[in-house]
Amino acid sequence: MLVEPIKSRPVYKGITVDPRARRHIFVLEGEGANALLEQKDKLTPAILAETDILYVARGSVGRGYEEALAALDAGSDWTAPTVETLLFRLKVVLGSADMGTRLYIAGTEGFIGQAMQIALDAGMDYSAIPTEHRGSLARRVQCVHCKGITENVTTSPFTCTHCGLSLFVRDHYSRRIGAFQGVIIDAEEPGNVPEPEELYL
Amino acid sequence: MSQTDFSVRVASVTPVAETIKRFRFERVDGEALPIFSGGAHIVVSMKDGSVTRRNAYSLMSDPADPSGYEISVAKAEESRGGSVFMHEKVKVGDVLTISAPVNLFSPDWRGRKHILIAGGIGITPFMSMMAQFDKAGVAFELHYAVRERARGAYLEDLVARYGSARVKTYVSEEGTRIPLEDILTRQPLGTHLYVCGPDRLIAGVLDAGRDAGWPDYNLHAEHFLTPPPGKPFSVELTRSGKTVAVGEHESILEALEAAGVDAPYLCRGGACGQCETGVAACEGILLHNDLFLSDDEKASGKKIMICVSRFEGQRVALEL
Amino acid sequence: MAIVFRQETFRDDFTYRNSPENIRRFPFPFPDDNYMYSVNMEPHVKGAAGTVFENLIDVDEHYISEMADRALVLKADPLRYQALPHMMQAQWDTLELLMEQQAAGYPEHFTLEKNGDRWRWINRPLGIDDTFTFGDLTTLPMEPLEYISRQTQGDITIVDQRDNNLWMDAGMVTTQADWSLDFDVGMNFMEWHGPVPLAHQQGVFERALKFLLNMQLGKPIRRYNWTMTINPRLDTSPENYPKWGKDRTTVTPENVGDKVHLRVEVQTLWRLPRSNALLFVIRCYLMNMSELVTVPKWANRFHRVLGSLPTELVDYKGITRYRDVTVEWLSKYDDGAPTSAGTFPD
Repeated sequence: MLVEPIKSRPVYKGITVDPRARRHIFVLEGEGANALLEQKDKLTPAILAETDILYVARGSVGRGYEEALAALDAGSDWTAPTVETLLFRLKVVLGSADMGTRLYIAGTEGFIGQAMQIALDAGMDYSAIPTEHRGSLARRVQCVHCKGITENVTTSPFTCTHCGLSLFVRDHYSRRIGAFQGVIIDAEEPGNVPEPEELYL
Repeated sequence: MSQTDFSVRVASVTPVAETIKRFRFERVDGEALPIFSGGAHIVVSMKDGSVTRRNAYSLMSDPADPSGYEISVAKAEESRGGSVFMHEKVKVGDVLTISAPVNLFSPDWRGRKHILIAGGIGITPFMSMMAQFDKAGVAFELHYAVRERARGAYLEDLVARYGSARVKTYVSEEGTRIPLEDILTRQPLGTHLYVCGPDRLIAGVLDAGRDAGWPDYNLHAEHFLTPPPGKPFSVELTRSGKTVAVGEHESILEALEAAGVDAPYLCRGGACGQCETGVAACEGILLHNDLFLSDDEKASGKKIMICVSRFEGQRVALEL
Repeated sequence: MAIVFRQETFRDDFTYRNSPENIRRFPFPFPDDNYMYSVNMEPHVKGAAGTVFENLIDVDEHYISEMADRALVLKADPLRYQALPHMMQAQWDTLELLMEQQAAGYPEHFTLEKNGDRWRWINRPLGIDDTFTFGDLTTLPMEPLEYISRQTQGDITIVDQRDNNLWMDAGMVTTQADWSLDFDVGMNFMEWHGPVPLAHQQGVFERALKFLLNMQLGKPIRRYNWTMTINPRLDTSPENYPKWGKDRTTVTPENVGDKVHLRVEVQTLWRLPRSNALLFVIRCYLMNMSELVTVPKWANRFHRVLGSLPTELVDYKGITRYRDVTVEWLSKYDDGAPTSAGTFPD
């Protein structure tokens, strides 16, 4: 659970299937598959018939969920090879979706952030999209200086993968960018960079 | 008169349908009125003998036109006096006081499409909204239902102005009804729906929207809350030391104004929160009728919205 | 009376200074000898001549140089200007308001002629004379918000109002106290204030938000905010922190007077007519310690405020490294006498 009181960070309240929605799109990453699997008893045949599952394993984590998801026998069930391909398909799917559609997102915070960006671009409001955090606490961080995004940040400070500056992770989150803010740590005393701490495992 | 009130002259009174009249107001000093935003309302103050009545009305004229404001008033069957006064007493040339526009029913400008559903006089906020949508090239459609043709204001005007593809009208006496199911299905993501009219229409549309799988976020309603009548009571005011009697057909706010007590307000309909007042003591039950306070706040008994809520019991004291 | 505009810089050689007259009209923000965060909102109405409230949008001797600095910031980083697509109507509202207020306050410097939707805008200090059609984007050289904010002192944000919240959906931000518009654009009121310590627990933002949601047309309000900056640098953005962060280590007892600046933001908030959005004009005023102590009341009071600031706020404002040396320097100018009420010089 993410319990730190960061005002700008979204609250991931957890996913509950909304029986009034006419179509259900589940976008799941790694252990996020459990967010759907654990509510099997609420998934009536009628709901499942109108359900699309887009799933991606997370590296070596989350393998083995393909079979369990397939066993649900949803209207459609697709496993993406990478997050990028999943997001590409999500964009196409939402492009033709209508107002009766409910999108559900579960996985790491970085994944939720990226899928949310696609949904916002498609005209959805974030408050209408149930989300559930599962898996690693790794953060997606944008360097405020070069604007490059570094995925799966588990330490602070860390090195920006784009410009190479040492950044500390500010507890400030942008939904539009889908990332936390990274700010140079040694601007005042160049070279004085503390040891990285594993904060977001 | 606060600095954002305007003294206006009634420039015209036009009957538009049975029981509906349109009023046009222009500033007494000849200056421009503020440009406003679609969905905004004004509060009209009327001197009815010794009583000052204040009613909120949606602006229906073109928001970009500062030369005058127009409102439409339906003569309410159970009127508390305001609409009857407007219909029977207000004549061309009369001078009234109006507030600056306030908008508690603004469209979501991010919307990719806007569906407007109006019942009866609930058409008025949509008239200013549509003028803005049309100018900005924003997609919209209006579904407008009236009981009988003779009571339908602006039916033909609106079709003529925006075309029958965008404006659909329904007359229940003639057996035509809003096909909600058809309207609600297959709308693209980013569509927003707005409903204004009688409570039953609002409840029905919101429910149909949720049943069609729409998220609550995209469903918007403007309730025309009028202060409900109730048993008379009196309120003690801890700051001014006064005690004010509230009559059966009067809100606390109106009773305070009549007694010369200055209390804040904006919407006078339980929606905006401006008149939130602390309750210093309460021996009895607060009858909360507003849409603003949370259930917890209502249960706490510490706050009351004096524009629509009432009291029953022995004694109530307000921090005013 | 026409303003005599100064030619000066806010970077490199830092030639920015305040004239003696401009020091006396500085919006000193502390009503007491102790500082506490508060909402401190008041109606934004015209004040006395010789104060920054003489007009509702203040133009001062730094106007031309500030606009030149903004142009330099934008050239290096165009992301300082942002406007989400649904804010176009609010952009035109903003253009109208800022043109009308500047023309009304300084007719010798600005003129706005309206002929229906055909408008002519003359900005003499910057040598601009443009005729355009209000509402028609193709008749301006750039979006209306960018156009007018390149001609208005202060950062500008426009917040959309929906779902009982305020959303920072457009802005021009080049003179900020360490926050990034590019990062914050699209956030709601609670989110963009996320990093501010202490105030959330005190419910300050809930009360402020409720107040702002009911702001009315024609009744603008204002509030103060403040921090400190080393060197008269307008652009203390997080983006450029690698450039200005080192400045904080350069303060010595000898150079406090010239280097350490009180940075005051006068924020004015306006309801906009067509869009129902709110306009925030966040005007930054800088004054170094040597200038500040020329007003004895301010010397006494600022010494006491800075000395009593809670640690959380010292850290949040980024003044930890040089707070003590500045308090020590100011102590020489604090005669211990009680200060008079109000914020204006005696």
